[in-house]
Amino acid sequence: MKGNKKNPYLFLLPYLSLFTLFIIVPVLMAIFLSFTNFNTIEAPDFIGFLNYINLITQDEIFMQYVLPNTILFAVIVGPGGYILSFILAWILAQLTRIPRTIFALIFYSPSMTAGIAMAVVWRVIFSGNQLGYANNILMNMGVITEPIIWLQDTRYILLIMIVVALWSSMGVGFLAMMSGVLNIDESLYEAGAIDGVKNRFQELIYITIPSMRPQMLFGAVMAIVGTFSSGAVGVQLTGANPTPSYAGQLMVNHIEDYGFIRFEMGYAAALSVILLLIIYLFAYISKKLFSET
Amino acid sequence: MAFKSSGINPKRFHRSQLKFYIFLVPFSIFMALPIVFIVNHAFKPLDELYAFPPRFFVQQPTTENFRNLFQLAESSGIPLSRYLFNSIFVTVLVVILSIALSTLAGYALSKKQFKGKKLLLEMNNTALMFVPIAVMIPRFLTVSLIGIEDTFLAHILPLIAMPVGLFLIKQFIDQIPDSLIEAAVMDGANDLKIYWKIILPLIKPAIATAAILAFQLVWNDLETSTLYTTSENMRTLAFFMSTLAAQTNVVVGQGMAAVASLIMFVPNLVLFIILQSKVMNTMAHSGLK
Repeated sequence: MKGNKKNPYLFLLPYLSLFTLFIIVPVLMAIFLSFTNFNTIEAPDFIGFLNYINLITQDEIFMQYVLPNTILFAVIVGPGGYILSFILAWILAQLTRIPRTIFALIFYSPSMTAGIAMAVVWRVIFSGNQLGYANNILMNMGVITEPIIWLQDTRYILLIMIVVALWSSMGVGFLAMMSGVLNIDESLYEAGAIDGVKNRFQELIYITIPSMRPQMLFGAVMAIVGTFSSGAVGVQLTGANPTPSYAGQLMVNHIEDYGFIRFEMGYAAALSVILLLIIYLFAYISKKLFSET
Repeated sequence: MAFKSSGINPKRFHRSQLKFYIFLVPFSIFMALPIVFIVNHAFKPLDELYAFPPRFFVQQPTTENFRNLFQLAESSGIPLSRYLFNSIFVTVLVVILSIALSTLAGYALSKKQFKGKKLLLEMNNTALMFVPIAVMIPRFLTVSLIGIEDTFLAHILPLIAMPVGLFLIKQFIDQIPDSLIEAAVMDGANDLKIYWKIILPLIKPAIATAAILAFQLVWNDLETSTLYTTSENMRTLAFFMSTLAAQTNVVVGQGMAAVASLIMFVPNLVLFIILQSKVMNTMAHSGLK
């Protein structure tokens, strides 16, 4: 356009400089530090793959608790929250406008609380004495006879974290998928009916989902991000890092533990790199699932 | 008889929608319970907070907890208004700057041809999945390296570049026909004028959406307060509130923590209600390919 070739770069410069400084540089730095031994006081000291080797061979807590917890949490909350978001988005799209808006607001609001603001609610509901709401209800129903110390009991911590994370999983991705369903061209459905679509389920599989692949992918990416970000909830619920007997310890907590409690930044960086790789792998799989073929 | 096509976006109520309500109503009650609970809890007087058996709804609402919260902050040396000011100041600046930078970059990425464009888009789309917590350590090092620790800049700068915001805005600008811009160029408008007079007015819904997302991110953010600041009077409301939540076992603390949660949550909710139709409008273009 008119020979002013430098303009696009000028428009991009402010965003790009902050993007580089606070997103690109930290990622590169994490990769670099993961090959060093760094305690924040002395200069980082290059040790090759030792951090990664230690991670696999020495870190019993990681292998025994953190990794299985993270996988269990991610597998349930990620796809679980995603499928739930999609089903709700699809159902809501079949309502009239006003009830749809009201329900959407109710489902979306938990995600606005970002876990942190609501930690207090969960701590009161799952309080460990008979004053706790969960205990009180279950005792009245006769399911249990003695109060359960929910948030310190290693059997329940992860379960409660999953419930809380699922509760707040209807975020931006949910809104995107709802618009996706609403914006599908109606003539596609008519054509489908002529081509022999017999019920809602077939319609969903053959018309709805294929026509909104881009929104499905956006929703999937948001679900992945949400899942790994909400991992911190365990520490907020139990009020301790590490969580009791590592029962609710996820990778993000493990990173925080090593980075800011033990100041082994190099090792924490190696953990971060692994986490980023896991996230990238999930995103890659979703991309393969939903990209236009 | 052929299957009658589904009722997506129906204009009026029909009996066939009833089955959805049978599922949705109980489910939405379950979803809303914690939020209803926090509202009730915030207004409970002390004896109701610790009543046995615990009661869900407040019987005699009181503002006692609100007053206690203000007093507690007062006695710790830093009035609540200081945290509130920090939060509002930081949030407003980040939202404005983030929108300004994302719209500028979005315009260039959507309507301009230049070297490296594809790579930049790819990078931004990858960064969508960027979970800040995964790189909090190098981010912390970056902040101390450029020497903005314990200043307002430490709250503001790291949060401005928001890949999701840029992504949504760029997708929305893609919908603006090129002919509109070409016509403006014919009339002698320069890039800045096109950006200001054509692009910005047309992408208001996307701006509103990016603003909400930025608001939620910054308003609830704990990272900057916990890691990048050291003095108490530089910290935000979100931080103060999280320290309260940590002491819920202390008597009276529960009520105050509930009040703090409410203060954190209400602005999010109000903003979303005001802007929700614009959000839905933007989300229609949120597809990732």
